Amino acid sequence: MAQISPTQPEQHPPPVQWLRVKYAKRGRARFTSHRDFGRAFERALRRAAVPMAYSSGFSPHPRISYANAAPTGAASEAEYLEIGLAAVCDPDRVREALDAALPLGLDVVEVRVAAPGAWADELTGSRWQVDVPHVPAAVLHDAVNAFLAKDAVPVRRMTKNGMREFDARAAVIALEAEDARLIMTLAHQVPLVRPDDVLAGLRETAPAFAPIDPPILTRLIQGKLRPEAGEITEPGR
Amino acid sequence: MTTTATGGPASLFPRLEPLLPRVSKPIQYVGGELNSVMKDWDSVEVRWCLSYPDAYEVGLPNQGIAILYEVLNEQDWILAERTYAVWPDLEALMREHGVPQFTLDSHRPVGEFDVFGLSFATELGYTNMLTEIDLAGVPIYAKDRREHDPIVMAGGHAAFNPEPIADFIDAAVLGDGEEIALTISQVIREWKSAGRPGGRDGLLLRLAAGGGVYVPKFYDVDYLPDGRIHRVAPNRAGVPFRVSKHTLMDLDNWPYPKNPLVPLAETVHERYAVEIFRGCTRGCRFCQAGMITRPVRERSIDVIGEMVQRGIEATGLEEVGLLSLSSSDHSEIAEITRQLADRYEGSNVSLSLPSTRVDAFNVDLANELSRNGRRSGLTFAPEGGTERMRKVINKMVSEDDLIRTVATAYSQGWRQVKLYFMCGLPTETDEDVVAIADVAKRVIATGREASGRRDIRCTVSIGGFVPKPHTPFQWAAQCDHETVDSRLGKLRDAVRSDRHYARAIGFRYHDGKPSIIEGLLSRGDRRVGTIIEAVWRDGGRFDGWSEHFSYERWVSCAERGLEGTGVDLDWYTTREREYAEVLPWDHLDAGLDREWLWEDWQDAIDEVEVEDCRWTPCFECGVCPELDTTIQIGPTGRKLLPLTPVAVRGG
Repeated sequence: MAQISPTQPEQHPPPVQWLRVKYAKRGRARFTSHRDFGRAFERALRRAAVPMAYSSGFSPHPRISYANAAPTGAASEAEYLEIGLAAVCDPDRVREALDAALPLGLDVVEVRVAAPGAWADELTGSRWQVDVPHVPAAVLHDAVNAFLAKDAVPVRRMTKNGMREFDARAAVIALEAEDARLIMTLAHQVPLVRPDDVLAGLRETAPAFAPIDPPILTRLIQGKLRPEAGEITEPGR
Repeated sequence: MTTTATGGPASLFPRLEPLLPRVSKPIQYVGGELNSVMKDWDSVEVRWCLSYPDAYEVGLPNQGIAILYEVLNEQDWILAERTYAVWPDLEALMREHGVPQFTLDSHRPVGEFDVFGLSFATELGYTNMLTEIDLAGVPIYAKDRREHDPIVMAGGHAAFNPEPIADFIDAAVLGDGEEIALTISQVIREWKSAGRPGGRDGLLLRLAAGGGVYVPKFYDVDYLPDGRIHRVAPNRAGVPFRVSKHTLMDLDNWPYPKNPLVPLAETVHERYAVEIFRGCTRGCRFCQAGMITRPVRERSIDVIGEMVQRGIEATGLEEVGLLSLSSSDHSEIAEITRQLADRYEGSNVSLSLPSTRVDAFNVDLANELSRNGRRSGLTFAPEGGTERMRKVINKMVSEDDLIRTVATAYSQGWRQVKLYFMCGLPTETDEDVVAIADVAKRVIATGREASGRRDIRCTVSIGGFVPKPHTPFQWAAQCDHETVDSRLGKLRDAVRSDRHYARAIGFRYHDGKPSIIEGLLSRGDRRVGTIIEAVWRDGGRFDGWSEHFSYERWVSCAERGLEGTGVDLDWYTTREREYAEVLPWDHLDAGLDREWLWEDWQDAIDEVEVEDCRWTPCFECGVCPELDTTIQIGPTGRKLLPLTPVAVRGG
């Protein structure tokens, strides 16, 4: 057995394969935070015996690259991450094994061999469904029209760096009202405008819009946004 | 795993869900953990709701609940679900919206179960127990409960003196829960199928009759004019004078937990824990666990090996803890650590061995377990700062042992040593505590010499001593918090004043006030229940959390609650007891001979040490003959099973 000097951590080789994982947060699992998900995912990788590549250093971490996690409390049909492997694997078998190893409500939708390129270029927009139970249709339509009529809608949100004010309007590419439901297409900007910022903006422009029950957010699709057409193409398609 | 609960009361989740976005860390309330069990309500005959009455992050890793959850759910006629204490933000919303205390597994109302079993590792969970009972819609007083209310049952180490909560619980169980939980279930099953003869009290009588379940209301307590207890005696026929603890005698036949719950939320311990033995006969006089869990019963090396591998597979956890009260005392510990280290070499599975003694042998064990990793920190617990103090508490470690041990550790690449001590021990003087600074400085000086480096550290961690029932110190006066705080202040100054060492020594301690309340609750009698209720009604919650604990509230509630009794907070805590005094827990039998405990208390005062009966003749603590048990230790000479790892590769 090799004696490792305590001052010299083991060096790990780089991954031989990157897989892109599309996963969903459904039902009760929407209450998982990004950190909760990270721990559950790493355990699932181990239970599924996926041959992960590890970073070098004193406490090696499996090579996982996350992108744009949905906020705690929001459901999602389209979350993405990439995993770096130490051995080449069949993506379908990884999908099955990981899906079986994850807790209820965290579902692996698809696994593909990752195309070269940066996440940031491929995930530039999202479409969200926002359920606002018991809000009358007229109120909802008026709020949407009032919001869309504005050039800018300043909103405030508490961030790690304190209270920040930013515009919630420019990121909204499309906004439609259905029966007690909103469908919104948002461009990923800095600072990121989230669906709850848009809801705050709606309250700002139309005070009658005041949902009593907490709205339920679901990300429907995430990918490359073509703002003119309001269309989103999933990564790798 | 099924996704929805079937049968029985409707799930409360639809009513809970709209509240969750408004509370912190909502994930802790949604259940659905890996390895959680949902059963059809109507397919079973006996239903348990288990609780560790603290926040989910503390309660979920609790080993006792994890074991009982599996043992009970393995029976097709029993169902067990779990509930934990909700934080005040959710409690307020639940009260506002009329949502009762719920289980996490199927979100069923706690009030609908047959048994509501709470495990207390510490007495500071008592106020949370009242919140849980009250939120469940169950009367907090046992005497007010109705026929359909659950039997509220306490277990865990604090249940060895359940008198302070005697008015709130229907029953208490002492000792290992595995077998007695099944026996209780069987009694309930028979009582139900016989048409519930005698109603609620009929069931409690059946449980009490065997001497294995304590039903406080079947016992009356009389007091002397000066406030001491005169007598505790059964108040009806068929109830034994003494209730005994339960001892599981074959750990190999009970390899639980096999499939522990894996939470989505972050918890205090993210590891798979295997008990490698139960009980301890080192005889440290302050240690309640070491006294009430005798005798020593080892789990065999091959069963440990199998549990570790199965546990890792079932959970995906990376860290494995080999638990016991003094892990390096297992008769085959060297083989266990070497073979496990061999098996998991090159993987990311890490092994830890908490609770080790001050002994160079333990550095060897730690070296084995850290083969692939970094040698960051080692922990030892000399507990007392001077040889004299260690003789009083029967912690047989000399300062030279300690220095030899740390020299070995630092020379073999360990960078940090953490030392645990206690403050407020019987007969302790200021000098005993200030001497801890000298020990720490000697540790650093030795470490610098042994390692040839300046960047080594030593952290001194100090806990306040609380005298506990069923220990030789059960008669001792608890040290008042002013004295504890003053000694800690002197120690801190002694550490800081020496600039050669001050930066290398870390110092962690808490003020002495919480220990006084823990002392009140540990050695209290039934009159203390009034105080617990008053504190809870005044908003007392999560007393184990310093940001929630209020000493002032406890003191003022104690003053009001004890008015007219002739006794007060000091009487319960800082007063030394006489041999003849009836202690509130004298009718509860942990197997320890009262005479032996008293002699050991006298030996403590005389600074006389007692050996460990595993390798010296029996010194007659009483447990083995009293409970018909024996010490079970190896070596077995067996080996871990070889394993072939499997991986997901494929074409």
